[in-house]
Amino acid sequence: MTVFFQQLINGLSLGSIYALIALGYTMVYGIIKLINFAHGDIYMLGAYFGFLAITYLHVGFIPAILIAMAGSALVGVVIERIAYKPLRNATRIAALITAIGVSYFLESGTQKIMGTTPRSFPQVLNNEVYMIAGLRITTHQIVIFVTTILLMILLQFIVKRTKIGRAMRAVSTDANAARLMGINVDATISFTFAIGSALAGAAGVLVGIYYSSINPLMGMLPGVKAFIAAVFGGIGIIPGAMFGGFFIGICESIVTGYGGSLFKDAVVYVILIVILVIKPAGLLGKNVKEKV
Amino acid sequence: MKKLFNRNNLCWLILCFGSYFVLMGLMSAGIINPVYQTVIQTIIVNIILAVSLNLIIGICGQFSLGHAGFMCVGAYCAGIMIKQIGGIEGFVIGILIGMVLNALIALVVAIPTLRLKGDYLAIATLGFGEIIRIIVLNMEITNGAAGLVLPRVVNFTMMYFMMALAILIIVNFGRSAAGRACISIREDEIASEAMGINTTKYKILAFIIGAVIASWAGALYAGNFYIIKPGMFTFNKSIDILVIVVFGGMGSITGSVIAAIVLGLINTFLQNFAGIRMIVYALALILIMIFRPSGLLGTKEFTFSSLFEKLKKKKGAKS
Repeated sequence: MTVFFQQLINGLSLGSIYALIALGYTMVYGIIKLINFAHGDIYMLGAYFGFLAITYLHVGFIPAILIAMAGSALVGVVIERIAYKPLRNATRIAALITAIGVSYFLESGTQKIMGTTPRSFPQVLNNEVYMIAGLRITTHQIVIFVTTILLMILLQFIVKRTKIGRAMRAVSTDANAARLMGINVDATISFTFAIGSALAGAAGVLVGIYYSSINPLMGMLPGVKAFIAAVFGGIGIIPGAMFGGFFIGICESIVTGYGGSLFKDAVVYVILIVILVIKPAGLLGKNVKEKV
Repeated sequence: MKKLFNRNNLCWLILCFGSYFVLMGLMSAGIINPVYQTVIQTIIVNIILAVSLNLIIGICGQFSLGHAGFMCVGAYCAGIMIKQIGGIEGFVIGILIGMVLNALIALVVAIPTLRLKGDYLAIATLGFGEIIRIIVLNMEITNGAAGLVLPRVVNFTMMYFMMALAILIIVNFGRSAAGRACISIREDEIASEAMGINTTKYKILAFIIGAVIASWAGALYAGNFYIIKPGMFTFNKSIDILVIVVFGGMGSITGSVIAAIVLGLINTFLQNFAGIRMIVYALALILIMIFRPSGLLGTKEFTFSSLFEKLKKKKGAKS
């Protein structure tokens, strides 16, 4: 049982990262129905922003994560304005290909500027190991988990209690009706990208601290897995993404803990297919009847 | 019944053999050096992949991102048989096994997932493609991550005519009754169901044919490029194929062929600027999608009959 609980703890840290990325996916999908394939790369950029801030500005953990969030948010908005906005009325697949193009661009651009070799992420937090009832918990894991929960509470507050949050919910329900009610749809979409990207940027810094190594292609696989997490919880639903992220992270850790590390990715995909076949709208999603 | 050897078909036949003899001549004369021969072989494989994916995405309207998985199965079946039996016999047996296996896998994948629509289907097929790759990665016979090193068993002639056959099959499928049913599913699934079309059946049929032809591409890849490993068949490969299809225009087979050639040449040209190759490629992709979201040809096909029609009209206008 120790293995199980130990992997549960490890899974919570990994799941925090996935959940933060998944939130951006789910918010963007909810509002413009686009699988933002570049989102995983924004997470990668967040890690690099954090790396640059710590290395060259010599700041601590909290300023670094704020700088990374601001930088990622800016990149997210710029991408939305330049690449996605012209395609708002195009087919979904054209928008998807554009997102893939943006993803390649960010990856290769980072490779060009920062080099292809992995960089070691500077350690700004002392990592102490606590043993509680035979389980190993590190400071990093606690920091990751607490930061994630704080960001999620902040996000819930923004979405549920503020004016812009209400605008976001209105646009995702019906963009045209929202426009008629006097909501600035373009600004709302940009704001959604900014928030989603900021969360991904924070995840980037957290993962940098956790694994202490970053590289330009690190966003690809977590990006796909976070998307799966979003689908798992029901895409477009914010609590669904949080739940899905933690679930996928914990599953992956447990499979690794019991010796299946070679198949850990396959397990994630199997979970995805099972959930899609049984409940296509996701675990928390509602089935919408198709109207003719 | 229409004559088989009418003017249009003859024109296509001439184009097919003509370009074959031109390429063959240039190769044996040494004007196309081995570097460019590799480029041509890559383009041929990509054309087969693109037209087979176009059947699923463009003609039937089912958004699949798992094509690399089918290519992977085809490549490994051929590769293992070349290893075990050796030579061209092994290749032929491998390709047959690959086709059967791919048809079965496609059936297993299709029955549950084709109920899904749009992005969900895309992500489910992506999952299946990755599962196939991970299984291959962990098997004994496939030699894991290191992959298989193989002798070259196919030649240009074989590759070229398999490509031509693949295009012929897909084009004719698109014009058959089953193909028309698939197109109606693409346009409106509910309406076509209401018209009495068994949508599940035709979606599965298109999926299986696409998968079987993708296994040819995999087999040719294995038989031609000396080495196959699971790392080549990630979802990035599926995305590369998707890019060709969308770039050429979804539903346009000629568009896919042209796009595969154009993208292959752009890639080769950019090899000289290795550092910025991917950046330029990505920018080109974004710009094309912003300014021409329906692809080069849209859903139009280039046909000789429409060409003759145009010429006739021009003549008519002059006289």
